[in-house]
Amino acid sequence: MQSAPPRPPTTLRPGATRQPTGRHPSAARRLWSASPLTYFALVFAVLLSIYPLYYMLVIATRSLDSINNTPPPFTPGGAFGDNLTRAVNAKDANFLIGLRNSFIVSTAVTVSVVLFGSLAGFAFAKLRFKGRNALLLILLVTMMVPTQLGLIPLWDMMFTLGWDGDLKAVIVPFLVSAFGVFMMRQYAAQAVPDELIEAARVDGCSTLRIYWHVVLPALRPAAAVLGLLTFMEHWNSFLWPYAILTPDNPTVQVSLAFLSYAYYIDYSLVFAATAVATLPLVLVFVLFGRQIIGGIMEGAVKA
Amino acid sequence: MSLSATTATSDAPPPGQAQDKPRPSGRLQFLDLKASPYLYIAPFFVIFGAFGLYPMFRTAWMSLHDWNLIAPERRSFVGLDNYAALLKDDYFWNSVFNTVGIFLLATIPQLVLALALAHTLNRGLRWRTFFRMSILVPNVTSVAAVGIVFGTLFQRDFGVINWALSLVGVDPVDWRNETWASWVAIATMVDWRWTGYNTLIFLAAMQAIPRDLFESAALDGAGHWRQLWKITLPMLRPTLIFVVIVSTIGGLQLFTEPLIFAGDSQGGNVRQFQTVAMYMFEKGIETTTTAGYGAAVAGMLFLMILIVSGVNFLLVRRSVR
Repeated sequence: MQSAPPRPPTTLRPGATRQPTGRHPSAARRLWSASPLTYFALVFAVLLSIYPLYYMLVIATRSLDSINNTPPPFTPGGAFGDNLTRAVNAKDANFLIGLRNSFIVSTAVTVSVVLFGSLAGFAFAKLRFKGRNALLLILLVTMMVPTQLGLIPLWDMMFTLGWDGDLKAVIVPFLVSAFGVFMMRQYAAQAVPDELIEAARVDGCSTLRIYWHVVLPALRPAAAVLGLLTFMEHWNSFLWPYAILTPDNPTVQVSLAFLSYAYYIDYSLVFAATAVATLPLVLVFVLFGRQIIGGIMEGAVKA
Repeated sequence: MSLSATTATSDAPPPGQAQDKPRPSGRLQFLDLKASPYLYIAPFFVIFGAFGLYPMFRTAWMSLHDWNLIAPERRSFVGLDNYAALLKDDYFWNSVFNTVGIFLLATIPQLVLALALAHTLNRGLRWRTFFRMSILVPNVTSVAAVGIVFGTLFQRDFGVINWALSLVGVDPVDWRNETWASWVAIATMVDWRWTGYNTLIFLAAMQAIPRDLFESAALDGAGHWRQLWKITLPMLRPTLIFVVIVSTIGGLQLFTEPLIFAGDSQGGNVRQFQTVAMYMFEKGIETTTTAGYGAAVAGMLFLMILIVSGVNFLLVRRSVR
């Protein structure tokens, strides 16, 4: 965590620091150390956060009849393979195609958002040009624009272009992101020293070469976080794919929606598919959670 | 296909220049310095302009038409007729009522909870990363998955929530068919997914507050929660305004959770939880002949977002002085 609060002077263990050296440290310590009640509240919050996902896993791995049990089942079963097979073979939802499509779409969008984001972010942070501040302001304002309200005309555009039902419709409009540009700008401003760019210029590098050989490598940590956030966002995206794609060629979330409509009786099937669509991201999150949280919190302070 | 398109455009700007010439001629270098920044920011403005901004304006244009999505010859200018009809449309006002109701029911507890959680996390803690990650996990879960899982948790006959309520003697609640209950269920889904995220935003802002402010307050005998009220909240004002506005923009566009909960865009058997975005979808996308009317719904939703954001901005600015 890049900006963890400065820790109290000595140990955090309650009770281990009973002999205060003066009034000030003890007051500060009492202020910043956590009571058992705090931990109790936090553990409760963690349970609330985790339980629905755990429940998903339980139902996904049990046979269909167990959902009617009272009390409800609390332990996983062994029917996951069977449930998933039914989900994969379910008509009109094309779950496997959905998985593949979501992978293609999220990857393409991620690569593009990171590339264009770092390119524009570099320009905004390190290059001088007329109108720079005004354009940056416009970019910031566009982050607030509720683009969902353009849904119907966008559908109309895609229909005119003949892209309805095609993956192009869910990729091309999202190849850039204002958040991506802004995040890269913030990082580039402090991570790339001006002297480095000047030195490269003196050596005869063009701006594009400077971007590729000097700036992009320096932006790698922020680019990784931006990439993770973007991938997750588009893996999970729903409204627009649901509007423009068909059950023959869905993304994974659209496929889940159709599964849940058509097989609403067969909870095990739907939950097995939901688990497969969800857990990879949770796993990625567990692996890179520190960086992702750092990215979110850093962006928050600067925004 | 899109991958190759991406690299092609990003390599495009100044081609002949990337050769290994030690020093580009003066004019080329001048051009590189003056023009290339615009080339680097152009992709964002061009693509966002075409697929983000332009459709927004076109919504206004479409809303003045009788518009058929798939038959271009069946389109005609009707002026403000769509808006006039909308103002008399009971289904529309019903969706406005539902949206605002669910928004309030979701946002207020969510922000209070997020503030309290952030305040709790903002001290010397063990397993700090574990706590932070756990409360953010819901945000990684897709909205569709949230709708499916909570739809089952809130099931009337065998849902876990009704079972838990029965333990304390509450009769089964029909979460889908009663208006208030369905709002609570949907607000729960929203809050489950977003509380942790907002907690981290608040936490980040809290950590930027100078520590000595708290320490001197503690010496003056101010307790934890009093400090939260007297120091943290006023210092948090910019973040609070930001989060409230963002929650407003997102909350008023609520769509996926109620859609999956209902199984269609009508939001329950008597539309008891159809939101404005769902009504826009029903009229503008699912019914291809009334796209102009759907665009008018979008226009009204935009107006709603402006008004509620403005009111929120004033409220937050005044109450947290």
